[in-house]
Formats: sequence, structure tokens, C-alpha cells
Amino acid sequence: MQLKVNKMVYKERLLGRKFDETRQIIAKVGVIPRADGSAYFRIGNTWAYAAVYGPRNLHPKFLQDPSKGILRCNYNMMPFSSSGERVRPGGSRRSKEISLVTVKALSPVLDLNEYPNSVVDVFIELPETEAGSRCAGITAASMALADAGLLMKDLVSAVSVGRVDDKIVVDLDYSEEAYEDGPVADIPVAMMPNHNTITLLQMDGLVSKDMLKEVLEKAKKVCIQLYDIQKNALKEKYKV
Amino acid sequence: MNTGEKEHIMKLLQFNLRLDGRKPIEFRKPLKVETNVIKTAEGSARVTIGETVVLAGIKVEVMEPFPDTPNQGSIMVGVELLPMSNPDFELGPPGIQAIELARVVDRGIRESKCLDFGKLCIIPGERVWNIVIDICPINDSGNLFDAAALAAVAALKSMTFPKQTDGKIEYKEKTNKKLELSDLPISVTVLKIGDLFVLDPCTEEEPVASGRLTACSLSDGTLCALQKGGDEPLSAEDIMAMVDLSVAKAKELRKLIP
Repeated sequence: MQLKVNKMVYKERLLGRKFDETRQIIAKVGVIPRADGSAYFRIGNTWAYAAVYGPRNLHPKFLQDPSKGILRCNYNMMPFSSSGERVRPGGSRRSKEISLVTVKALSPVLDLNEYPNSVVDVFIELPETEAGSRCAGITAASMALADAGLLMKDLVSAVSVGRVDDKIVVDLDYSEEAYEDGPVADIPVAMMPNHNTITLLQMDGLVSKDMLKEVLEKAKKVCIQLYDIQKNALKEKYKV
Repeated sequence: MNTGEKEHIMKLLQFNLRLDGRKPIEFRKPLKVETNVIKTAEGSARVTIGETVVLAGIKVEVMEPFPDTPNQGSIMVGVELLPMSNPDFELGPPGIQAIELARVVDRGIRESKCLDFGKLCIIPGERVWNIVIDICPINDSGNLFDAAALAAVAALKSMTFPKQTDGKIEYKEKTNKKLELSDLPISVTVLKIGDLFVLDPCTEEEPVASGRLTACSLSDGTLCALQKGGDEPLSAEDIMAMVDLSVAKAKELRKLIP
């Protein structure tokens, strides 16, 4: 094997994006009239719809909690949403896990004590994905919950931050997730921006403790930007 | 649905009116078809009929042909009635409603003979294209049948094949090879409410109908697929009148496909 003398370093992102810059974002609420609350969130080529139904009666009955309402989330990639092969409908182990961490990411902002035996259903659908889909789904879902008029302590904003080679980058795209010339870590983070707490944290890859600290700082900065975008989208619906 | 609401819909219709002020054979607005809306799909379309929005996307696969048709490729239509789009839809495997819808859309395309399955053959007996059309409603405010069928045909027309070598598809390398369609089969569903015929039903009107007929037709008016629905029987006169309405409206909808 030939020894690499000048090791490649990650110097430039696609389309001239800065390391702390997200892809282009579009956010809207009230996009699904049949739902009690709904939102659309697009970041680059990843777009998510979220619809909220409820609080409504929970069936089957044995799932009911007489002390409070429960939150259910379902994350689903549409069959044509991946740039590779068709995604088979019906949910995978991956989508089930993401549904679970989405519930954990959103629950802390909700107060469902007023709704015993009920459920709030959140359906997240992805028509097109290119990295960062769970974060887009959570960000959309949080707007949809607010649009449904539920009592909330805060919004939840989510972004994937990571390291590509020696650089800390926010909102990784596909080429960065698949970067092969150096170490990569993908760290999706969801935050309650007003409370400065983290409600989702996962990681694939290798980082040092110092890097993780920097990642969390960068994630916080982006989540504050996302929070403003989410808030403005909600206000836009009621603009006269 | 309560009887008051049902009576109200029927009474309005006697004056040629509907809940939203439309005429019986008028479609809702906006009425539009946009294609190539999803970059990860080989072809895609978004159909908007009033508040109803449906996405259709195409992925292609290379597979072994079915033993009885070694020189032909195939198509497959799937419908996911997403619980996001309607409070009555539930998670889980496709129910009978989704299956009927998928089969009606499939039949409209397949039986029109617009698509030459022989041209989907790569190596006879070994390798053929399978074109999978998936239909996902974003919001179901009525008339999924027509929206789904229109989206499927528009997506097919917009599709391009990806690069393929030795049966392996390089999805990211798109070619400019289109799918040849000799005509555009268009489905329009006619409902019978009381003694009257109605097109493009909204959520409240669908359960009031006693009869339903979906007819798929080509540009010269030839019929290529039919499906009667609804609980009540229809007379031959009813059916002929419904087919006429369907074919006439299909000519208008066909022009919307870019």
C-alpha cells in the first residue's frame, strides 16, 4: 500500500457553504388541513411533513394511562424518498428507533396531564431525504404540536452537527456523512432552546471529548437560529 | 356522519349546489399537476385538487422477468393511506381501501396499453425493468381516486431511467431515456348522490353517495378500465351517463399534465 504523504484535509463544503452554516431552510405550518396541527420543514434536499392528531381517544384501551395523555410518534420515509433503492413500506428497525427517540425528544416540552386516557399522535413523513431527516422530522413535529394549540413549555429544534476530518461542521449533507478520506462523526442533537437543555443526542462515529464539547456549543447556536425560523413560521399563519 | 348533514347535502344538490358553492360537475380549485418535485425519485408528481394533495413517486428496479412473460418488464402500483393525511387512516399494512385504490390505478395504466412492456426488457428471460409507482396522500379532503390516478400517470410521463450496467443500477446517474407512453389514460370518478351525479367529492360528500363509478379513458374517449363502487345498484342508463361525464372531464384533466 502506498503511504499517503500529504494527508487530505476537509477544506471546503459543497456549494461554498461555511462550516457553521446550515443548508437552505423553508418552514411552514398549517399545511395539512385535515390535521389538528401540521408543519413542513425543509433543509436542503431533506423535507419533512408532520401532522398532529389529538388529544384523542386512545384505542386499544389497555394502552390508556388514566393519569395523563400519552405521546406517540411515527417516523416514516416515503418509498421514493431515498436516492438509492426503493424504501419498502411498513417501517424498518431504523424507523422504529427514530420514532422512539422522537417521542423522547418531544415529550419534555409537552404537558399532557390534562388529557387522561388520551393520545396525541404525531406522524412524520419524509418525501425526499438527503441526511439529517430525523432532525428535520423533530423540528417539523414541534411546530405541528404548537400549531395544534397544545400547551408547551418550549419548542424543540434539532440539527445534526458532526466532525469531518478535523473540522466541526453543522447540518451534514450526504457527501459529508459518506466522507472517506478521514474520520467522520454524525451527531444529531435536539434542544429546548429557551431552557438550554438537550432532548435528543445520538452519535455515529469517533470524536474526542473536546470535540464533543465544541459540537454541543455549535448545535446550540444553530438551534437558536432554528427556533427563530420555527417561531416566525408559526406567526406567519396568523398574520393579517 | 349525521342525518342532518346528509339531508343538507342532498337538498343543496336539488338546487344544483354543493357545500362549497360548486356546481355538481365542477372540480375544486386549485387544480394542478406539478412534476419532478422529488429529486430522489426517478419520476414524481404532486397533484392538488382543492385541499387534497397527493404525491406519486417512481423508483425503478432490475429484476428477473416473470416466467410467463420472459420478454416483458412490469409495473407495480402501491398506495399508502398515510395516517398523516386523514384522521380515519391508521398505521399498519394496507387495508382494503388502499388495495382497491392501488388496483384501480394500476388497471387504468396497464389496460390502456399505453406502455409497451416489451420495451422494459433488458435481456430476454434474464433481466427486465420493474417500475414501482408509490402513491402517498399528504392531505385527504376527498377524491383520492382521481388525484392518485392523475399523479401516477404524470409521474410516469416525467420519469427517466437511471444508468444500469449488468443489472446493477446507479441511481445517482440519471440518463435522458424517458418512458414511452402512446397516450395518457385518465381516470375520473363519478358519484351518484340521490338522483344526481357529482364529480370530485369532498370529505363530507363521499359517505353520502349511493353509487360510485370510476372510468379510465384515453384521449379518443376509448374506455380502458372501470370500477363500480358504492352500496347501491346502478342502472345501465346511470352507467352510460356517468361514463359520459367521466370521459368529458378526463379530456380537461389530461391537459393539466406537463
